[in-house]
Amino acid sequence: MKPKVVQYLDRGELPLKEGEALALYRAMRRARFFDEKALTLQRQGRLGVYAPFMGQEAAQVGVALALGEGDWVVPSYRESALLLARGLPIHVLILYWRAHPGGWRFPEEVRAVNPYIPIATQIPQAVGLALAGRYRGADWVVATSIGDGGTSEGDFHEGLNFAAVFNAPVLFLVQNNGYAISVPRSRQMRVDFVARRAEGYGIPGVVVDGNDAVAVYLEARKAVERVRKGEGPTLLEALTYRLAPHTTSDDPSRYRTREEEEAWRSKDPILRLGKALEAAGLWGGDAEEALLRELEEEFARELALADQAPEPSPEMIVEHVYKEMGPDQKRAWEALRQGKHVEELW
Amino acid sequence: MVAEKARVLNLVQAINEALDLALARDERVLVFGEDVGRLGGVFRVTEGLQAKYGEGRVFDTPLAESGILGLAIGLAMGGMRPVAEIQFAGFLYPALDQILSHLGRWRHRSRGRVGLPVVVRAPYGGGVHTPEQHADSPEALLAHAPGVKVVIPSSPERAKGLLLAAIEDEDPVFFLEAIKLYRGARAEVPEGYYTLPLGRARVVREGGAATLIGYGGMVEVMLEAAEVAAREGVEVMVVDLETLVPLDEDTLLEAVRETGRAVVVYEAMRTGGFGAEIAARIAEGAIDYLQAPVVRVAGYDAPYPPFSAIEHHYRPSARRVLAALRRVLTY
Repeated sequence: MKPKVVQYLDRGELPLKEGEALALYRAMRRARFFDEKALTLQRQGRLGVYAPFMGQEAAQVGVALALGEGDWVVPSYRESALLLARGLPIHVLILYWRAHPGGWRFPEEVRAVNPYIPIATQIPQAVGLALAGRYRGADWVVATSIGDGGTSEGDFHEGLNFAAVFNAPVLFLVQNNGYAISVPRSRQMRVDFVARRAEGYGIPGVVVDGNDAVAVYLEARKAVERVRKGEGPTLLEALTYRLAPHTTSDDPSRYRTREEEEAWRSKDPILRLGKALEAAGLWGGDAEEALLRELEEEFARELALADQAPEPSPEMIVEHVYKEMGPDQKRAWEALRQGKHVEELW
Repeated sequence: MVAEKARVLNLVQAINEALDLALARDERVLVFGEDVGRLGGVFRVTEGLQAKYGEGRVFDTPLAESGILGLAIGLAMGGMRPVAEIQFAGFLYPALDQILSHLGRWRHRSRGRVGLPVVVRAPYGGGVHTPEQHADSPEALLAHAPGVKVVIPSSPERAKGLLLAAIEDEDPVFFLEAIKLYRGARAEVPEGYYTLPLGRARVVREGGAATLIGYGGMVEVMLEAAEVAAREGVEVMVVDLETLVPLDEDTLLEAVRETGRAVVVYEAMRTGGFGAEIAARIAEGAIDYLQAPVVRVAGYDAPYPPFSAIEHHYRPSARRVLAALRRVLTY
């Protein structure tokens, strides 16, 4: 039986408070704005390799806004929208994608674990972080996210099983964007929906239209509530599409068609929510223009902040490997600080 | 701060006592892994701990090593002090991604914001006729992972103090326990809570003719060889490295400079083993003092033989150490 795909927007519904609906829209628009700017910066050589999320804003922002302040996010590297909606300052995110040490250290209050490159390894870690909250008497929920490709990794399965066995307060967000770089879903799994796997671990799996911000937000909120009450982990599968390449080094024309991309472009989550807001009389006139001006100004300020970050110094290489430097780090640190290499100290 | 009274314990009992004290002292300490709860561990190292501290503090996990390490990382991020057990060091391999990609990187990756005070205990090494993978010595793999520490005790008394220090440490520590010593080594162990510093090698026997260097299960093998040599009038120094990372290079080099001859003993595969690192350090730091090439006594470049009657050929013995000693003395 085909699972029900939860959807609101195309039914013309907007079952949200005005403030919530606008917050969703603004956060998505802001994220898209960042994504476009990031691609430009990358082309100018002012950003390293970058993983765009364009098209997946609803899935990420919907979950981010469903969380409470004390909750944690443990994202993968395509979740810049999630991090921004969570409150990560733009200049820190720019520095992160510049691989500048200033971007390695996320501010504590954002409660976001820096994303990293290995796939699915964050899943069992998120379970541990969730259990730590229980031990410490905090009721934090951990939302961790992964792409459909990542669900082929062993750690995804180990993590889900651990979460289920320990009844850990975790929300697993799977952004099913159809591809693991170039490999389509049909080559990743024989099941039609990742959510079906949840049942195998004894936890609920919910499928949601991932380009419908209202649906993601409402389902995520329900799931977070359930998880917080101690009723166990939930998997939320958001059906979406990556409109841009996997990273700035990728060429999607080799593995997917223009038609497919165009079809998804018409389901752009920002356009869809925008239309619903207009229909409800919550958006329109010069609101969009004013928002874009605001975003432009914010981005310029934040970019300037990122540009002002001091050049990293060579001795930073061996700092913070351990709480206290061991003899080998100390010797290297001394050499690098003097502008030498470690061999030159002998 | 070593407690006065001491009893004779084996390695299993000493480690159990350390875990007991750590659990009692700090509520953030958790002990988990496969079979550590009701069963008390396949070697009974965690015996009685679940009954004493409850299923919340001492618990069994699903059979999944990467999951165990990932769980430990997340728990530590959230402010706990996990002590995970991997049933045999040769079962660490499925968890290497968590170890190499994350456990040792977090402090660096977060510019010091997130340290992971995780201890991973695992039995290693041979000498007791175990099945395949149960006698592996992967310490060099671990030592090669940036950001983790590697500690290998050689006696019950050392193990207790080092484990308590490892649990107090703010960085991830691999604590490898020689299976051969679990019930084979017995020593006086002080009662009560005490720590021994990580990162220090120690001279366990003095002697001027040559220096034997090793750790863990090889210390008793080196001491046995030293005893035989002494009966022939050759006094050799024996150095127990105890901590491989961070390495106490000063003590190591001083010991080699004093004798001018060095034999490095380890039970892992010879190529790329930790003994190769020791030999290289000696070459870099004490070549002028050497009167003979450094000789390694190690396992062979082959998998450790399972169950078998030929195991003792693979694992370095006092006889092989003596042969190497002869080589460096007659060079």
